[in-house]
Amino acid sequence: MVVTKPLSTKLPTPLVRRMFQHGDVPFKIIIVLATLFTLALVVGVGVMLWLFTSVTRMDLGFSFVTSKTWNPTGSQFGALPFVVGTLITSILALIISVPLGVGIAIFLAELCPARLRAPLGVMVELLAAVPSVVFGLWGIFVFVPTVVKPLGNFLKNAFGTSGDVIDLPLFHGPFYGFSYLAAGAILAVMVLPTIAAISRDVLLAVPGSQREGAFGIGCTRWEAIWQVVLPYGLSGILGAVILGLGRALGETMAVTMVIGNVAQLSGSLLSPGYTMASVIANEWGESSTPAYASALLEIGLLLFIMSVLLNLLARLLVWSVQRRNPQQHA
Amino acid sequence: MPIASSSARVAISLHGVTIVQQGKGVLPDMNTSPLARENAQSHAPATAGEAAAAVMPKMQTESLSIYYGNFRAVADVTLPVRDRKITAIIGPSGCGKSTLIRSLNRMNDLIAGAHAGGKVMLDGEDIYASGIDVVDIRRRVGMVFQRPNPFPKSIYDNVAFGVRLYGRIPKAELDDIVETSLRRSALWDEVKDKLKQSAMALSGGQQQRLCIARAIAVEPEVILMDEPCSALDPVATLKIEELMQELKQDYAIVIVTHNMQQAARVSDTTAMMMMRADRAGEMIEFDETQIIFTKPRDKRTEDYVSGRFG
Amino acid sequence: MARGTMTDPPNPAARTTEADVADTQAIRARARQRRVQASMARERVRRVTNAVMLGLTGLATLLALIPLVWIIVDVVLLGAPSITPDFLTQSFKPASLGGGGVLHAIVGSLILVGLASVMSIPIGILAAFYVVRNPNTTLGLAVRFGTDVLAGLPSIVVGLFVYTLLVVGRSYSALAGAVALAILMLPIVLRTTEEMLKLVPDSLREGALGLGAPEWKTAFSVLLPAALTGVLTGLMLAVARVSGETAPLLFTALGSNVLSSALNRPIASLPLTLFVYATQPDPIRHAQAWAIALIIMVIVLALNIGARLIARHRAM
Repeated sequence: MVVTKPLSTKLPTPLVRRMFQHGDVPFKIIIVLATLFTLALVVGVGVMLWLFTSVTRMDLGFSFVTSKTWNPTGSQFGALPFVVGTLITSILALIISVPLGVGIAIFLAELCPARLRAPLGVMVELLAAVPSVVFGLWGIFVFVPTVVKPLGNFLKNAFGTSGDVIDLPLFHGPFYGFSYLAAGAILAVMVLPTIAAISRDVLLAVPGSQREGAFGIGCTRWEAIWQVVLPYGLSGILGAVILGLGRALGETMAVTMVIGNVAQLSGSLLSPGYTMASVIANEWGESSTPAYASALLEIGLLLFIMSVLLNLLARLLVWSVQRRNPQQHA
Repeated sequence: MPIASSSARVAISLHGVTIVQQGKGVLPDMNTSPLARENAQSHAPATAGEAAAAVMPKMQTESLSIYYGNFRAVADVTLPVRDRKITAIIGPSGCGKSTLIRSLNRMNDLIAGAHAGGKVMLDGEDIYASGIDVVDIRRRVGMVFQRPNPFPKSIYDNVAFGVRLYGRIPKAELDDIVETSLRRSALWDEVKDKLKQSAMALSGGQQQRLCIARAIAVEPEVILMDEPCSALDPVATLKIEELMQELKQDYAIVIVTHNMQQAARVSDTTAMMMMRADRAGEMIEFDETQIIFTKPRDKRTEDYVSGRFG
Repeated sequence: MARGTMTDPPNPAARTTEADVADTQAIRARARQRRVQASMARERVRRVTNAVMLGLTGLATLLALIPLVWIIVDVVLLGAPSITPDFLTQSFKPASLGGGGVLHAIVGSLILVGLASVMSIPIGILAAFYVVRNPNTTLGLAVRFGTDVLAGLPSIVVGLFVYTLLVVGRSYSALAGAVALAILMLPIVLRTTEEMLKLVPDSLREGALGLGAPEWKTAFSVLLPAALTGVLTGLMLAVARVSGETAPLLFTALGSNVLSSALNRPIASLPLTLFVYATQPDPIRHAQAWAIALIIMVIVLALNIGARLIARHRAM
């Protein structure tokens, strides 16, 4: 930056022409503007959604998220069923995908032969590239009928109302396939690559000296991984899980297509429901009144806030690991 | 060290820590113990006493070569490691010192493509033979690394780590083992009041002694030290060297160092390694340390120890 | 200090030599005894645990590949039969007339993604220049965090944002759809460009500046070309990401059944059409949905694999 100055003093030209010739001042202004614009977008999302939800925020206040009745025609807007639906499906997704994802990360980072690591890693990442709407299509016509239905029926028979094994409210009620269970299962597949890929990177960033130390006192490979490598990268893996959760919370199309879309509060995994994202997507076209639209936008605002908080947390965790060994993170 | 059966636990409390702390005591006679015989194998007769130990090295590499893929990093090394002595491996950088020492507990196995030719005998048993349990070898031949690598756990948990691998043992017993190990690694007085604090907060020298404590807590038979002082300041280095003198009362120690003064100070025997034209490391001389540093047979050794060598 | 501790009575170092030797033998005998005894049950448990758990991680990896392969196979098997010349060259027709094709959606997707690229690429690259040169200023740190947040936002939230910005008081439009996609592309473009620019050696920049080239010229004619493959990789990944995006378009581009290129009117797109067709109770539409899925998957996977090949080519 400093280097350009002497050049311009040697060639005294009018200011405007000099700027035109060298263009550095406009260039700097432009790149700062581009940067500010990017930043403004993030802030803008929050501000705009805040402004456009004044109707429901004024009328309902906090009861918007605590009320369980969603009856738009009667102007009753309680988002609790959707918050609960989002939590149920996301947690179910994590329960399935975290052990699998960490297992994949371990296999890719610690076990698999070097020449298989890249192709297998790419295949896992390609799973993340499959568009949500394609997952949804596959969910409707393939995954739900061939996997979720038999699984749900099994669970219902074993643990449902007066079930064979034990009676769990988690598996009560009628079951038609499209359900929290279906949404959670398809979300698990969708967040799996996120968790696996980031955890793999975290494990690869754990210094080799830690593994040597473990092997050096007679650990088996699994003991070295489970008792030394994983604890070392724990906060990073936690970050990966939170990023996965972030993706699960906001995932829209696939969930909308398999969750059954019913605005009810249910504690059964087998019942149809809504998540926050899917209710917006599914009812947007019907939002005829300003209050209805405002209510849907406010659900979007909640998603925004949750997403920002989760991202903040996840980045802090991932950074904390990478900062601890910068030389390893090439 | 911890064990599954309760009878073995009695053995520990009877013979283990208690004896280590009280000095000599009711020891099972090596000469008659069937266990000793079983472990000593055919090469080391059950009648082996101290005299036999002097004849029979604790470890012995026989025409050992280490390859990384097709590249031969170490060629034809035959090196005896005597019990209760310190064996130093010296030589210019790139001569395969580290590769050699890491082959003594098969740490090289962790590098893809690495394999060994020849034998490494431990008590007359080839550790590269098929059917040998690598995990068991690494427990019997402990290792301390170039840079201290404590786990990000508490000081106590670091020392107890290896012991806990073998199952749950009573807390009192574990406490004893941790204390004994820390005492033997000359760290106890410095850390006894903060055992629950993170090991990462210790100084580099303390961390390295903690790693030594961690290694000896599982009662190895040989301790390998790969340039253990290269990341330490002179004061910390001195402590480690003193510690090595204490530890050699109980263990066979192998140390790799590129600091010739250190080799001269601490070791009893020294192996001199050089890189051949084909870039494989070979051992050009092995002798009593005193001889290596005063009247070596090989001209290259003389040049190296007198500092005339890169 | 170290010596001092060695004189403590219980210290093993304080032993006499003969006793010491005997004692050492005893220690080892005991250690071995323990090993032998421990090695019965416990050691088997350790070895079995090791084998089982390592096996399970491999199994998990295999398991993750199943859905990918399964989806690809289904999309190809169910989608390919419907891909006919008519399907690609005709626009929407009612199901009673055979259903027509998806030309309108292909054109719509091209317009949306093309426009989004035109908007996001310059801003992303320019902002990346700023971040690379000022990584630790307040603005630099803020925008890096902002980029992370933006990348993590649910796409549906971005759609709602653009709705409040460009649709309220006007109408659903192709422009609004393109802006929504552009916002989704921006963090990807910015991040990858930033990463690649960081890899360009400083000497290159100094060399150009030393020759008297102005800053902007250095940026565009020296730095950017040096980082080009990397930037290209990022662009391809960004395009791949938004090519399948559906949710934000529900609130912006809306979708349409007619062939249109007007930016101020609703417009069709492939993923939107797929969503609508998949949720209609009509086998013809279902078959068409699978065919659209095939088109989208080919585009997305080709871009992803291509991007990785370019990146690897560069790395070599």
